[in-house]
Amino acid sequence: MTETAHEPVTTLATPIRLDFDFTPGVAQSRFLKGLAKATFMGQRCSVCGKVYVPSRGSCPTDGVPTTDDVELPNTGVVTTYCVVNVPFAGQSIEIPYICAQILLDGANISFMGLLQEIPTDQIRMGMRVEAVWVDEAELTPSLSSVRYFRPTGEPDAEYDTYKEYL
Amino acid sequence: MSPARTIRPVSVASFAQARNVRRDDEHNEVEMLMPVVAEVFGNISITKDDVDFICSGSTDYLIGGPFSFVMALDAVGVWPPRSESHVEMDGAWALYEAWTLLQEGEIDAALVYAFGRSSLGDLNEILALQLDPYYEAPLWPDPTSLAALQAQALIDAGKATEADFAAIASRSRKSALENPNAQVAIDIAPEVLLEDPYVVTPLRRHALPPITDAVAAVVLAAGDKAIEWAGRRGRKPVWITGMDHRMETHSLGARDLTVSPSTAKAAEMAGVGGGPVDVAEIHAPFASQEVIVAEALGLGGDTTINPSGGPLAANGVMSAGLIRIGEAAEAIATGRARRAVAHATSGPCLQQNLVCVLEGEA
Amino acid sequence: MADNEVLHADHRLEYPYSRSTGPVIGAFLTGLLDGRLLGVEGSNGSVIVPPTEYDPITSEDTGEMVEVGPGGVVETWAFVAHPRPKHPLDRPFAWALIKLDGATTSLLHVVEVDSADGITTGDRVTVRFRLPGERIGAMSDIECFVPESGGEGR
Repeated sequence: MTETAHEPVTTLATPIRLDFDFTPGVAQSRFLKGLAKATFMGQRCSVCGKVYVPSRGSCPTDGVPTTDDVELPNTGVVTTYCVVNVPFAGQSIEIPYICAQILLDGANISFMGLLQEIPTDQIRMGMRVEAVWVDEAELTPSLSSVRYFRPTGEPDAEYDTYKEYL
Repeated sequence: MSPARTIRPVSVASFAQARNVRRDDEHNEVEMLMPVVAEVFGNISITKDDVDFICSGSTDYLIGGPFSFVMALDAVGVWPPRSESHVEMDGAWALYEAWTLLQEGEIDAALVYAFGRSSLGDLNEILALQLDPYYEAPLWPDPTSLAALQAQALIDAGKATEADFAAIASRSRKSALENPNAQVAIDIAPEVLLEDPYVVTPLRRHALPPITDAVAAVVLAAGDKAIEWAGRRGRKPVWITGMDHRMETHSLGARDLTVSPSTAKAAEMAGVGGGPVDVAEIHAPFASQEVIVAEALGLGGDTTINPSGGPLAANGVMSAGLIRIGEAAEAIATGRARRAVAHATSGPCLQQNLVCVLEGEA
Repeated sequence: MADNEVLHADHRLEYPYSRSTGPVIGAFLTGLLDGRLLGVEGSNGSVIVPPTEYDPITSEDTGEMVEVGPGGVVETWAFVAHPRPKHPLDRPFAWALIKLDGATTSLLHVVEVDSADGITTGDRVTVRFRLPGERIGAMSDIECFVPESGGEGR
């Protein structure tokens, strides 16, 4: 009953493609609109005082709305990093490159950023860095407004100042 | 297992929901949830420190972001670390998980919440992905088409007519005029609704649920906490006296779509038949499906169905089932019912069904 | 960019899933390449179409594959006047649960009809496969079903 001239089918391709009209919410919009002005906008929790950047509108510790906007400086510390040597589809940066967790001065949470203008074997935890923005005409409400981070040349931060953000 | 199994009384101590809307453009899920979580705690003057367990219901496919449900916990605040769980189901099933844990007696209170912005993507495609991935999903049948197959089967079986669907839609949206959180509330006679065009024959526009962005939350409490927290706002506890959920085969063509044996079995196990049902909050997204669920629950003419307006007035995907339980509990707490049944569904053509029986104190 | 302006972004989610079929679904899909519809013997004399490794009602293992169709009966239907982009046909059609000759469960597919007046429960329909060179071993190898009276075939 099941004789066939064909090779038996053993796999089935079932690709999925879904399109969304995404909106980011009040707090993330404030962060994104800040990027379009070459600034990092964070929010402070009124209970614990921590500053989140970007903020999703809530303190994840206390579960209360973060309504106190804080403009953060351009500078911060590398808390930890890795050197990427693996090519992958859609990669736009030449390997090897440094992917760093950056704690902006005055923030209580780090975020991921690209580190450039330094050989990959000279990166260190605690290194002081600053954001390099794209040209003013190219600024948009997205993280692509940050071209990359680079060392400031200042002395490294003491481990104790960032150890709780690792 | 006997339907008369002994259960630990658990109360729906508090319920809150956001106003159901077609699209909340301004807020993300966390921002939508925060005021609702604050309200559900605030109703009974408790904080997150008073609940022993948190369980949520949502699906990442609505936003297109894997593990997006984890971020929603930011609306509660989970430090120090909390006991927490999540189901990729309507929040009614999250409530069931919390209720099960409460049955074990190790905890006395739990927070349950549900959220979903149905407006970001296309539900017609997103909900097709819950179907059999080999035989059904590749055809991309949308939920309205599948519900229409079920409605036609119902008509062919002589169990309902298009006029019945219009009457259900008319009644639901008229009832919703009394519900400040409803999305579609309007008084239009069934005869007028029958002039609507077909979306997918035999379902006309009025028989379809609206697309809704919604969030909702419930606090469950047992023992002394149930009595004390109800008393804080001058209420008596609303008890869950039975709850059960059942599912049917994944294969649409192997089911009789005109009946819901899973609802009937869950109703039997939850003890629906053990007394009169004053109010039934039924999660039948399509008007035609209410006919099937009402029959499976064994409801008579004395039961008021969906005084909130039900899912035809607001159908937040992942929230609408939990809201049925909340609305049924509120009907009892405010003296509009003594005994109520809440129903939640999931999957195509009423594939999975949950039934919850709630009672007040005399 | 006003402070109260809502930001929007197009977001596309794509997964290139490839699923293993197992022996029973694989046999059904191989049958489609041959232009044949296969079911499987289930519990209590049932013939399950589309076939699974287990009986969907009793969950017992299923048995031998059997050929069913190519004709069958419409068990229920739903007419779509305005197809969506991913629907199987780009012209009006009816979804239908079709009980193929020899089967005891129904298959979900589409029937080519141009109006709701063109289909009724109980109608006989027959399968129209894609041309052999167009088949890929998937449900789309069935282009649609057509009313048996007006089935011109290909």
